[in-house]
Amino acid sequence: MLDCKQNTELLSQSYERPVTLGERIAMRMHLLMCRGCRNFEKQLVFIRKAARELPRKL
Amino acid sequence: MNTIDHDDLQQHRSYLLRYAMLQLRDPHLAEDVVQETLIAAIESDKFAAQSSLRTWLVGILKHKIMDVVRKRAREPQLEVAEGEDESELVDALFKENGHWADPPQTWNAPEKSLENAHFWNVFEQCNQRMPLNTARAFMMREFMEMTTEEICQELSVSPTNCWVLLHRARLALRECLDLNWFGNAR
Repeated sequence: MLDCKQNTELLSQSYERPVTLGERIAMRMHLLMCRGCRNFEKQLVFIRKAARELPRKL
Repeated sequence: MNTIDHDDLQQHRSYLLRYAMLQLRDPHLAEDVVQETLIAAIESDKFAAQSSLRTWLVGILKHKIMDVVRKRAREPQLEVAEGEDESELVDALFKENGHWADPPQTWNAPEKSLENAHFWNVFEQCNQRMPLNTARAFMMREFMEMTTEEICQELSVSPTNCWVLLHRARLALRECLDLNWFGNAR
């Protein structure tokens, strides 16, 4: 079972490399039970979006 | 092909400087790469009409920035020393058992922030606050949209270290935006 620290590491790595099916399932299981990590997951999406928009906002 | 008006080039100068500062965080280095970029632009004297002048200049600038980053990556002793170990941040965010010390709360209407000029100030400041290598890896990934493989290679670090840097950057940025913009200071 993943803890929050491991889960955030995997969420972040899913932006860098293909995650395995097992990893994906483990993340989903954790996210089902953990509101903090669900918020974190959404915030990662937002942070990427913001950073990629930054060149147009300088 | 279009010829380049030197006045047009100067108009893009301040944009290029801010762009370079985000990646290099050193006004002298930023000034140097922008100068080199403008010189290269003038020397080539024409650019492909399908891209805007700014896009074309940024393309040149990215190469100049990466030259500097690559050179620095070969001199690790210069940069690793100054408080680079931000594993402290990660330790502070999680309890011993790996659970959040303070679980992330919902951000209210984040999309709206993207339209707010003040948000972008905070975002830039949060980037500035990250340790140099962390910020650099993150900006290469998200701001310059390089691939993870390219970044590892440019910074001369293993993929695992690269992931760690990028993850810490995201954690740090999330924390900083949470405290300074989304107002979840508790």
